[in-house]
Amino acid sequence: MKKLLAALMSAGLLGTGSLAWADALLINGAGATFPYPIYSKWFDEYHKNHSDIQFNYQSIGSGGGIRQITAKTVDFGATDGPMTDAQLATAEGWTILHFPTVLGGVVPIYNIEGVSGKLNFTQRAISDIFLGKITKWNDPEIQGSNPDVKLPDTAIVVVHRSDGSGTSYCWTDFLSKISKDWASKVGKGTAVNWPVGLGGKGNEGVSGLVKQTPNSIGYVELIYASHNNIDYGRLQNKAGKFVNCTLASVTEAAASVADKMPADFRVSITNPPGADAYPAATFTWLLIYKVQVNKDKGQALVDFLKWMLVEGQKYTQDLGYAPLPPQVIEMEKNAIEQIKI
Amino acid sequence: MPLTTASVPLPSPPPSPTLPRERTKYSSGGWGDTLFKNLTLIFALSILGIALAIAWELYKNSALPRHAFGWSFLTRQIWDPVAEDFGALPFIFGTLVSSALALLMAIPLGVGVAIFLAELAPRKVSSACAFLIELLAAIPSVVYGLIGIFVLVPFMRVYVQPFLMKTLGFLPLFHGPAYGVGMLTAAVILAIMIVPFITTISREIFLSVPIALKEAAMALGATHWEVVRLAVLPYSRSGIAGSVFLALGRALGETMAVTMVIGNRPEIMASLLAPGYTMAAVLANEFTEATSDLYVQTLIEIGLVLFVITIAVNAIGRLILYKMNPHAESH
Repeated sequence: MKKLLAALMSAGLLGTGSLAWADALLINGAGATFPYPIYSKWFDEYHKNHSDIQFNYQSIGSGGGIRQITAKTVDFGATDGPMTDAQLATAEGWTILHFPTVLGGVVPIYNIEGVSGKLNFTQRAISDIFLGKITKWNDPEIQGSNPDVKLPDTAIVVVHRSDGSGTSYCWTDFLSKISKDWASKVGKGTAVNWPVGLGGKGNEGVSGLVKQTPNSIGYVELIYASHNNIDYGRLQNKAGKFVNCTLASVTEAAASVADKMPADFRVSITNPPGADAYPAATFTWLLIYKVQVNKDKGQALVDFLKWMLVEGQKYTQDLGYAPLPPQVIEMEKNAIEQIKI
Repeated sequence: MPLTTASVPLPSPPPSPTLPRERTKYSSGGWGDTLFKNLTLIFALSILGIALAIAWELYKNSALPRHAFGWSFLTRQIWDPVAEDFGALPFIFGTLVSSALALLMAIPLGVGVAIFLAELAPRKVSSACAFLIELLAAIPSVVYGLIGIFVLVPFMRVYVQPFLMKTLGFLPLFHGPAYGVGMLTAAVILAIMIVPFITTISREIFLSVPIALKEAAMALGATHWEVVRLAVLPYSRSGIAGSVFLALGRALGETMAVTMVIGNRPEIMASLLAPGYTMAAVLANEFTEATSDLYVQTLIEIGLVLFVITIAVNAIGRLILYKMNPHAESH
């Protein structure tokens, strides 16, 4: 539904805004749907201050964004999962750089008869539920970490995303890190071979199914859960602490891996070491060519990236995204210098 | 994206001795007629051209999985995007079963409504109802999907599925648990979506049955039911079949509404209450985020299989119709 509205809105913008584009430099991008609301806010705000530059961003999905930037049909791409070495190799001599823009978290949502409030999930509990090994809500592994709640003796219905998505990538990446079984049997990806459960299309499909199905559990983006007032559980992090997903604990997840950040920013930040870090969090990235053939567009992209790291970060919290930690912002400022105009 | 080329065969006019066939060939011989003839020929050929172009594109862009999996792609039950190991059988099964179930429900309902509207209802009621039914056909499928997930799914879970499990639970077809979503729910939503096609077209065809035919039956002492059974239905058979093909085309290709209520599980299960998956649904779900070439091309091959199956099912349907009614013009 959100996507539908977004599509309608962008169609409306196209209709009214096309005149203003006539003399502005148009920069085309495509990719991830997860950061679409913040990107359109940024591009809109940036255009207000730089009327000669207009961004056109199509939220066609991370897979589409990667395909388009390797096919050189867009000026920049966007993805929720970093490009693999194999994918980077297919760009044929065109080096593609990753720039983290904001952070998102993925939260477990559930609907259990007679239970309200926050549940704690140990790493073993959450991975075994999604593996189909824990099948009852009153399993000692779940009950043990929730002593104040009386969990029922009912079967767990698992709900996952049926469409390929960055949310699934983050969730399966987290499960792969905390469970050897998951890593070897299922693995991580935007879509995987789910051992158990029903598939719902989009965040709205998953939350709809969870709301409709008694004794079910699913996962959605933090933004979706908080905007729709859906209660979600706490996850146990690497330090053993049960952490609630907030913008602060998501930013903390990125901060706690900042000292081990690779130079190309292609890093997974799930299950980070920080004591207060939320374990199912992820960056989302912009994909930029290292060598910019069009000087004007290259300069505009560099200016925008610099603006995004400072001014842009101020818009994140209102829209429900976690801002980048200061250490990562400093690293990115240096990395921007690599872009050759 | 229904990939159907179904057309609606109208009932063949009864041979009339006063209208020789040559009549239609009368022509003034002017350039207008030539232009008209060639223009319509181009239109007709363009349809064929588009269908062939689609088939060729689908074939060309699915080379990788055709080489990697061969024919076993159609018979294997595995869907692992991480290991890039794919088989399409659960999707083919889901598409065929959900469409067949939907037709099973929609044909009696659709034809029944059409008979009532054409033969029994007062003219005013009939036109008003027909208008409403046509409106149903215009509702976007995502709306059906939302109605499905918020109204039909809870209804199925709380009432229909427990009832089926209690009364027919001895059959593996109706084994629980009752999730609400699943193959049967998808078939019900599909049936609701395709009934307007069957009803609207069948009603028009029933209305076109010559009044003399019905009067003749009545004159022989036929009751209302007998008139329908002996005069109206046989006359309209090929037309009804045409409406069914059109409905089947929509059911096979329906994407959004189905994926919202079918449960999206690529596994073949005996129970109709269990979740399933269809070819159109997996395309809609996974195409945007499919990154590797093999993955994308595998999805395109699924599109190719759906295309071929749609054509095959339509062809078989027409063949059956022709065998049933060899005197009717083949369409």
